[in-house]
Amino acid sequence: MGEKKTVLKMRGICKYFPGVKALQNVDFTLREGEIHALMGENGAGKSTLIKVLTGVYQKDEGQIFIGDSEKPIVIHSPQEAQNAGISTVYQEITLCPNLTVAENMYIGRTKGTGVNWSKMNANAKKLLDSLQIPAQPTQQLGSCSIAVQQMVAIARAVDMECKVLILDEPTSSLDEQEVQKLFTLMRDLKAKGVGIIFVTHFLDQVYEVCDTITVLRDGQLVDEYPIAELPRVKLVSKMLGKELDDLSDIKKHDDGDGKLHEGTAVLEVKQLKPTTGVSPFDFEIYEGEVNGFTGLLGSGRSECVRAIFGADKTSGGEVLVGGKKVKINKPLDAMKNGVGYLAEDRKRDGIIGDLSVRENIILALQVMKGFFRPFSRAKAEAFADEYIKLLQIKTASTNTPIKSLSGGNQQKVILARWLLTNPSYLILDEPTRGIDVGTKVEIQKLVLKLADEGKSVTFISSEIDEMLRTCSRLIVMRDRKVVGSLTGDELTQNNIMATIAGGDK
Amino acid sequence: MAKKNNKKGIGSIFAGLFRNQIFIPLAALLILVVFNLIADPSFFKITLGQNNAGDPILSGNIMTILNNASELAILAIGMTLVTAASGGQDISVGATIAIAGSVILRILCGAAGPRPETMQAPIIVAFLIACVVTMLFGAFNGALVAYFKIQPMVATLIMFTAGRSIAAWINNNQLPVIKDVSFGYFGNYIPGIPVPTPVFIAILCMIIIALVLKFTNLGLYVQSVGINSHSSRLNGLNPEFIKFITYVIMGLCVAVAGLIKVSRISTINYSVIAKDIEMDAILAVALGGNALGGGKFSMTASILGAYVIQFLTTTLYKFEVPSDALPAYKAIVVIILVVMSAPVVREKFGQLWKKIAPEKAVKEA
Repeated sequence: MGEKKTVLKMRGICKYFPGVKALQNVDFTLREGEIHALMGENGAGKSTLIKVLTGVYQKDEGQIFIGDSEKPIVIHSPQEAQNAGISTVYQEITLCPNLTVAENMYIGRTKGTGVNWSKMNANAKKLLDSLQIPAQPTQQLGSCSIAVQQMVAIARAVDMECKVLILDEPTSSLDEQEVQKLFTLMRDLKAKGVGIIFVTHFLDQVYEVCDTITVLRDGQLVDEYPIAELPRVKLVSKMLGKELDDLSDIKKHDDGDGKLHEGTAVLEVKQLKPTTGVSPFDFEIYEGEVNGFTGLLGSGRSECVRAIFGADKTSGGEVLVGGKKVKINKPLDAMKNGVGYLAEDRKRDGIIGDLSVRENIILALQVMKGFFRPFSRAKAEAFADEYIKLLQIKTASTNTPIKSLSGGNQQKVILARWLLTNPSYLILDEPTRGIDVGTKVEIQKLVLKLADEGKSVTFISSEIDEMLRTCSRLIVMRDRKVVGSLTGDELTQNNIMATIAGGDK
Repeated sequence: MAKKNNKKGIGSIFAGLFRNQIFIPLAALLILVVFNLIADPSFFKITLGQNNAGDPILSGNIMTILNNASELAILAIGMTLVTAASGGQDISVGATIAIAGSVILRILCGAAGPRPETMQAPIIVAFLIACVVTMLFGAFNGALVAYFKIQPMVATLIMFTAGRSIAAWINNNQLPVIKDVSFGYFGNYIPGIPVPTPVFIAILCMIIIALVLKFTNLGLYVQSVGINSHSSRLNGLNPEFIKFITYVIMGLCVAVAGLIKVSRISTINYSVIAKDIEMDAILAVALGGNALGGGKFSMTASILGAYVIQFLTTTLYKFEVPSDALPAYKAIVVIILVVMSAPVVREKFGQLWKKIAPEKAVKEA
């Protein structure tokens, strides 16, 4: 790699949240003119690390050095991070679409009260030209394409004389061509000596543009690798925490898992086409079966199950429940057909924060029962007590607002909500994310118990172990397409990772 | 755990009370009562007298408060639901009350011109038609908010601006007067009953909403949607429809309030009727400690808030605050109340109590 000057050094960074060690002793080094990929699955600590670096969070331990300085700096706020030469461009554009390009580039940065418009526009023009961004300074930002808006955000960051540029999932809303434009810009900046931290879920993009990869897992540093030394399959295995070497002793599933299921499927979809950009897919699940969707984040796992549940609109295909064709246009349709769905984003799509544990538990069943038939308080209490005991939910009372519970207990409440509806088919999308190990195991056991009782479960997890322990069939997704279905003997981590990684590397 | 609860010190009981939603309107009411008791105990005197028609009536400040707060209390019901579900407020209620009143008078006058000797239609018919009309306007507001995702204040600004003109237009800008005394029963007294009718109407509305909240899932659905509409949708709710329906309910409340308003004077003044009442209704919701950004609500606290506002107004009148200066005084009191009801402040108060009574608080910890 040669001896390039270091622009950023983070050493021994620790960050704790109540009950969670989000970052433990993480080191990170960024050199001049380097594009450095920060990789890791959900909850690995990427975003926490970025937030520590940009002053959104305060680190609990560790030191941050800028440039060659021997003196560690302390970053209290995003403003201070900017002053220290650290700029960030977020996934969602945080500029104002109704202002002009130049205004967006200089907003909040003019000194004094007056604005020298012509000078500002001239400066903007110069910068846009030097970065070859196809936009006019006086153009309204909203009239530019998303990619150009993204570039303007980068230009703004660059103009603040940043030495470190953080790009947090900048490509997720861009199409192929736009991505290429962005990469050209990134390479330009690299040539100018800017150190870039690139966070993305797209493996192809990492291999196209990055020099170095740092992998995080479960809040810990796995290691830093030059790109040439880390082929795709290895990267996937590092991210998922499985070395290729110790794949030999995979526990086989119970007997009978490999055999074909007979009879009609509990639920079957044919060429269902979600409107969320996932290719049409087929899917079926039988009584007592546990299967799963696997793939990296953003590969379309959630989109598939959301389409099945009616959470997202579909534009084609059909759904059969017990062999009969049904229309599922909204979640209630799915619920009435015996489908339950524990959503991936617990905070956004799961809990009703201010409502009590009791209300959160009964909500789905209550909605199915109907507007004019509320459960009596006693009945609701009984339901809540039953499931609090069954799932060992730690809560002060049934009246406690769910938001004051820990993540794992919140998740159990949501699980209770769906178990209470007694679904014949339960979809669990990342039920174990962000919760403690003990609860994770409990949830996996619960899934297997449900299957024993003849219920069908689709289980999605970023952790392949969990999937292997629970699922008898895995549908593998890559880049918003179903690329394989593995059952029986094919269910090895080797196979799964190879299918996830795809490509030739 | 239970053992500890029994030993809860006075400090933590107070701390809990500070966090309870009903605390602020209750405390405000208490302060007003105590203030009046000290300043002039005769404030609370209720006397049985006779009105012009020779019927017995109860009079006194308390009766005035109960009577005049009726419309506000009824509107507070609708405003609470609208606020909780959509995270915004309906500022058109004053203007739509004008419409409701105008519709009622128009139907009662029929083809007989603006000052008919007899009513041309039964009052109930006029009222029901007014209900339909205001619920349609509510539906208009609700559709803009729920389906077109327009901010509630902006969406209802339309009717806020246009409502009074529409009201005038309904009666060709004439001032209809109903001479039949029975029309005045709804806003004044029914002969032989010494308590003003609006009090009964308000109580009836409260009973109805209490029953609805008890025997349907309105409360649960509205709060769910207000707190987290994404999550509500995945639980099978239809957040848009629920937001929409709260505006329709608001419309119904407006019709009832409109009936009382026009019945009080048996005529209408398009530009003055129920003027600024939307602000008081919003204030009632805020005083009740309900988040104006939506979510959890306490209907009791809102309604109590409405009475606090009227209590305050009457107290100020009683102390001969000139009516021009009234809003300024009201504003001061409101600032204090609203700041006190802010969760941040209440939390601080709670902590303060724990500090004041540390020996108990320590035990609890």
